[in-house]
Amino acid sequence: MLKNVTFGQKWIAYLLVAPQLGITLVFFIWPAAQALWQSVRREDPFGFSSRFVWFDNFQALFRDPNYLHSIQVTAVFSVSVTVFALALALLLAAFADRVIKGALGYNTLIILPYAVAPAVAGVLWLFMFNPTVGIVAYVLGGFGISWNHYLHGPQAMTLVVIAAVWKQISYNFLFFLAGMQAIPKSLIEAAAIDAAGPGRRFWTIVFPLLSPTAFFLLVVNIIYAFFDTFAIIHAVTSGGPARATNIMVYKVYADGFVGLDFGGSAAQSVILMLVVITLTVLQFRYVERQVKYQ
Amino acid sequence: MIENRPLLNILTHVVMILGVLLVMLPVYIAFVASTHPFDNIIRAPIPMLPGDRFFENYAEVLGAGAATTSPVGLMMLNSLIMAVGIAVGKIAISILSAFAIVYFKFPFRMLCFWTIFVTLMLPVEVRIVPTFEVAADLGLLNSYVGLTVPLIASATATFLFRQFFLTVPEELTEAARVDGAGPIKFFKDILLPLSFTNMAALFVILFIYGWNQYLWPLLITTDESMVTIVMGIKRMIETAEEQPRWHLTMATAILALIPPVIVVVTMQRLFVKGLIEPEK
Repeated sequence: MLKNVTFGQKWIAYLLVAPQLGITLVFFIWPAAQALWQSVRREDPFGFSSRFVWFDNFQALFRDPNYLHSIQVTAVFSVSVTVFALALALLLAAFADRVIKGALGYNTLIILPYAVAPAVAGVLWLFMFNPTVGIVAYVLGGFGISWNHYLHGPQAMTLVVIAAVWKQISYNFLFFLAGMQAIPKSLIEAAAIDAAGPGRRFWTIVFPLLSPTAFFLLVVNIIYAFFDTFAIIHAVTSGGPARATNIMVYKVYADGFVGLDFGGSAAQSVILMLVVITLTVLQFRYVERQVKYQ
Repeated sequence: MIENRPLLNILTHVVMILGVLLVMLPVYIAFVASTHPFDNIIRAPIPMLPGDRFFENYAEVLGAGAATTSPVGLMMLNSLIMAVGIAVGKIAISILSAFAIVYFKFPFRMLCFWTIFVTLMLPVEVRIVPTFEVAADLGLLNSYVGLTVPLIASATATFLFRQFFLTVPEELTEAARVDGAGPIKFFKDILLPLSFTNMAALFVILFIYGWNQYLWPLLITTDESMVTIVMGIKRMIETAEEQPRWHLTMATAILALIPPVIVVVTMQRLFVKGLIEPEK
């Protein structure tokens, strides 16, 4: 944490941390405190004054069917994104680990989506699934499926999940591959000598040894699905149709900036903060443990 | 390879090729659409091979934009300024604070550390309204300062530098002190050159992070001339007409993904280091 040999000039230290601390206080801590403050107050309809209302905003939220629906939508969305993004990345990484010729080419292409902005990823898939011009919608039409995510909630959900998974596979792939390459080859060879086939070796040796990576990625993917997918939802569906893709981060934005319900939006912010704090603590407790084991 | 299994080897390549196709398909389709005239695209099925309007379409979006937007060339310039500003800013303030936390003993040192740590738990998405109010009160709307400064506090970068400084041998510090070097000289002549690879790796990750920002520029910019390319695309698909100008929108999408993709591909090793290292 601290070097044994340190410098004495304390004022220099304060100068050095000042920019980082200043920005953190002004743009992170203060707004978060504001959100907490607003979440226990209610403005009068004209916005002239506000009064302390204890937990009324929170109670109102949990009585609001739209909010309960949003929680449900978030659960479906984040579970689907996490499961598919992890499973596909693991499959690709398991095969990529076997590739000898052309590995660099495959890997470079697979990590490309990491560089693509979530909003751009959303628009690329939106174009493919566009009911009139999209190539996928056209092919689906050939199979007798009429695709119109502007009308059908489940189709809209499928579309945003696909875009979000596509974007996240690269990240998971890199971590899984790095994890697999860190497994000592001698373990795999020993199992091969004992006549365990590739499938058996994967499930009994590689997969258990990957579990720290997998757990870390699980938390990171949930954080991604909860918060970083805002751009995809905003660009592709705007939470619709009929709130079918109205995930919690999108609702905070929509209620705050479109609905101008500051108390309700702030209460939602506070709930989301609790979610991130829980996930971050999970992630770090776990990372600390991993460091000790090594 | 442990044993030779020709069938499994074939399966491996089949799976990898399918994976690559799946990943590249949307980008390919977007590229194809960006090289055709509008009339070819609005009749399903859209063509699967590139057309002959590559130069015309790209020149049109770069110079004039699509429908009511400002030229994409200008949007790209805004994105570039924002991405470089965020990357350089984050690296600069993080390396300074990590230096202070590792090499100085001062009251409230741990409080500073935890304050920086807390930023991890407060992504902009969860404190949208109050953060916007702060930026508006400070008069930061529609400015490059507003686009960059509120995003440059970074716990991850600070941790990475802290972790790295802890591995720098103490003998270097002692030798520097014996030779009469103060903290500033030590930082400038020893620590900074040693950190170069880490800074480069972080730059790759943070450039992509900055270029791909969406929500913050959406709130901060109302002036058409300050729009960044990633949010500009959204404006293009929000048209009153039945179908957006897809050929121009897809040309813009390709232009939006090229800079970060080039960065990732040309600096792949640094990129992987920058991505995986901070999580260790």
